[in-house]
Amino acid sequence: MIIAALLPLFLFVFPLWNITLEAPQYPIPLGMNIHINDFSDANPHDIKNINLMNHYVGMKYIPDAIPEFKIFPAGIIITTILGLIIALKANYRWFLYWFILMILLSAAGLYDFYLWEHDYGYNLDPKAIMKFTNEDGSVMGFQPPLFGSKDILNFTAHSYPRLGAYFLGLGIAASFVAYRVGKKAHKKTQHMI
Amino acid sequence: MKHLFNRLATLVVMATLLVGCNNTGSKSNGALSSSAAEKVYVAPGEQDEFYAFLSGGYSGNLTVYGLPSGRMFKEIPVFSQFPTSGYGYSEETKPLLNTSFGFVPWDDLHHPDISQTNGELDGRWIFVNGNNTPRIARIDLTTFETAEIIEVPNCAGNHSSSYVTENTEYVVAGTRFAVPVPQRDMSIKEKKGNFKGALTFYKVSQDTGRMNLAFQVLMPGFDYDKAHPGRGDSHGWFFFTTYNTEEANTLMEVNASQNDKDFIAALNWKKIEEYVANGGGTKMPTTYMHNVYDEETHTATSKTINEVLTIDPTDVPGAVFFLPTPKSPHGCDVDPTGEYIVGSGKLSADVTVHSFTKMMDAIENEKFSDDAYGIPVLDFEAINAGSVKSGGLGPLHTEFDADGNAYTTFFISSEVVKWKLGTWEVIDRKPTYYSVGHLMIPGGNSRKPFGKYVVAMNKITKDRYLPTGPELEHSAQLYDISGEKMELLSDFPTHGEPHYAAGCPAELLTPKSKKIYKLEENKHKYATLTPAETRVERNGKEVHVYMAMIRSHFTPDNIEGIKVGDKVFFHITNHEQDFDVPHGFAVIGANNSELLIMPGQTKTLTWEPKREGVWPFYCTDFCSALHQEMQGYIRVSAANSNVELKWSLGEDIE
Repeated sequence: MIIAALLPLFLFVFPLWNITLEAPQYPIPLGMNIHINDFSDANPHDIKNINLMNHYVGMKYIPDAIPEFKIFPAGIIITTILGLIIALKANYRWFLYWFILMILLSAAGLYDFYLWEHDYGYNLDPKAIMKFTNEDGSVMGFQPPLFGSKDILNFTAHSYPRLGAYFLGLGIAASFVAYRVGKKAHKKTQHMI
Repeated sequence: MKHLFNRLATLVVMATLLVGCNNTGSKSNGALSSSAAEKVYVAPGEQDEFYAFLSGGYSGNLTVYGLPSGRMFKEIPVFSQFPTSGYGYSEETKPLLNTSFGFVPWDDLHHPDISQTNGELDGRWIFVNGNNTPRIARIDLTTFETAEIIEVPNCAGNHSSSYVTENTEYVVAGTRFAVPVPQRDMSIKEKKGNFKGALTFYKVSQDTGRMNLAFQVLMPGFDYDKAHPGRGDSHGWFFFTTYNTEEANTLMEVNASQNDKDFIAALNWKKIEEYVANGGGTKMPTTYMHNVYDEETHTATSKTINEVLTIDPTDVPGAVFFLPTPKSPHGCDVDPTGEYIVGSGKLSADVTVHSFTKMMDAIENEKFSDDAYGIPVLDFEAINAGSVKSGGLGPLHTEFDADGNAYTTFFISSEVVKWKLGTWEVIDRKPTYYSVGHLMIPGGNSRKPFGKYVVAMNKITKDRYLPTGPELEHSAQLYDISGEKMELLSDFPTHGEPHYAAGCPAELLTPKSKKIYKLEENKHKYATLTPAETRVERNGKEVHVYMAMIRSHFTPDNIEGIKVGDKVFFHITNHEQDFDVPHGFAVIGANNSELLIMPGQTKTLTWEPKREGVWPFYCTDFCSALHQEMQGYIRVSAANSNVELKWSLGEDIE
């Protein structure tokens, strides 16, 4: 359980997510790494160049900072401390509660990411240089996929979790394993009594 | 009857041949012809194996090609103004073309040489010489731009230049047209004995590449034609061919061709360096300019230097010797081991080869046959290693492969001849089209030739390409030299008049070729690093426009308050930080050129509006889907008007 609680800390070292944009005139694709406290270029100046591309269709600039950059790290630190207290003081049932809490928080994080992506892709400048419509006449959005790959105009966008997310997932999974192990050990002691 | 029979027979033979071709012949022909094609074919998206830097001769610039494709990638402006990029027109680059004669916007660029370490190409810089108004330029091989130009004082016709020593300790300049030193008003016919041929050594800083004139050897007034450094055992020596040892001053084609032998001058620069270090040499007043381009300020500056350290060669015993070499030798080439010094007597049929070992022995044992102005002339028989009896005519230049073979061009008989070092036997010869001058093997003038190809650079083109009126580009031929016999692969036209060239494996340069200039490193005096800093300032009649450009607009793009008679400086910074997104800038009626500005770079164009009106400016480089919209207006009012200085972007000027 201690390991489970500590693994999410790798999010401070490794990126959580990555969005990559491929197009013929970008032999080296444009990419953005999403950390829990920062957006960073996959290659130097990528975000600047993504912004430059996207302004043609009226998409907003990717902000330097978002409120999540404060909330996410705090959340990770709090849940880690909570996990450590549970690991040291509480019984195995709390392992499950921590597991459920982490699942819920991660789902909330993903939903938040989805909302931002949707806003980013659909909340377009009315004075956009180029306006595209779908076949049904509705305004075309440029929302990158939440997970997976998608063709958007001349770009192919890829959106996948990175190492930080894997550590988070591993931590969550470990807490569940700790719960199962704890439960078994508990049953054994029950039997012995 | 006999005739008819012959004709019939011919027909039968021809028919057989045709049938033969249809059956088996076509296949083998096809394979043969496609093998040459395949060797030069670089498939779409693939890249060449070698870089080739060809001098542009009277274009004043250096061109970059790929081998084996023969495709041209870039023309690097060096000694000539280049309106394509604004080189020599922009305020930042004008100082590069300053000389003691004022602004000289053209030169004749001859001999590129890539920097070396331990005698091998290291790809840091490439040096080139300006022949007409004597100069040496250094080109940075991360930006492929001219970084420095230094003038050569006391020199005229800097032809035996700009070759580097084995560790790029020095780059040399030489004098093709002997002149009075210092220059003075005197009768031309009193030339003999009164003129000098200065050979100048520039020390190269190993950190920055910057050149500084270390010393100048004032040799007798011969014509110093070509040069190459010693390497290996002969490292520390430099060799220069001479002609017109007759010291004629008129009708040189006849009068400079009378002596049976001219000289190769051998200079022990290490000895002279030591002499200088011990306080030797005489400081002479002179004037020359040193121009340096700073990559961070994106700006060149000029400095005048008023003194040169001169060396009288007779003051340094054991430092300078003459090697008699037949018939006005042109090319002066040293083999990869440094043992053989090849002198190509351009009016002879043979190539003369001297031995460095024998030369040292002759010096030690004082096997001198004569002296010229106090400089010992070594005995020809004592130093001669052999000569190549090729049967060709007019040998000019020699390059080497890694297997002990030499390749010499013959101008008059228009061919490349391959011969063996040491045995002097001719192995192969192939015609060139036509009248070849220099040739180049990648690394072929270093200790480590890469072989594989030789490029022959011809002086005469005639019918090799579709005709383009009387004036034609020159022509190069590419030969495969990986086998025993050379194989002609392709022709390609070359820009200007390539004299020498230098080539190296692509991987030496590709990893370090810059993609952009970093905006945060831009220290240009007039740079605007953010749109907020853009502005227009008036200082008397001078107006400074601090402008930014990014896809797809200028900031500002509306400017008012300019007056007729103003001098407007557009200082424009490209805010892009993406590879290959330059923007251009052109304004109506500019009396200079456009600007082509790379990402992160700042350049300045001066504009002197002559008429009232509203005048447009625009981006000249198709930068984006909205390139056509990348434009703006500048309002010019009467000289006495009181229209206020204003500027804006995206809103009306208020």
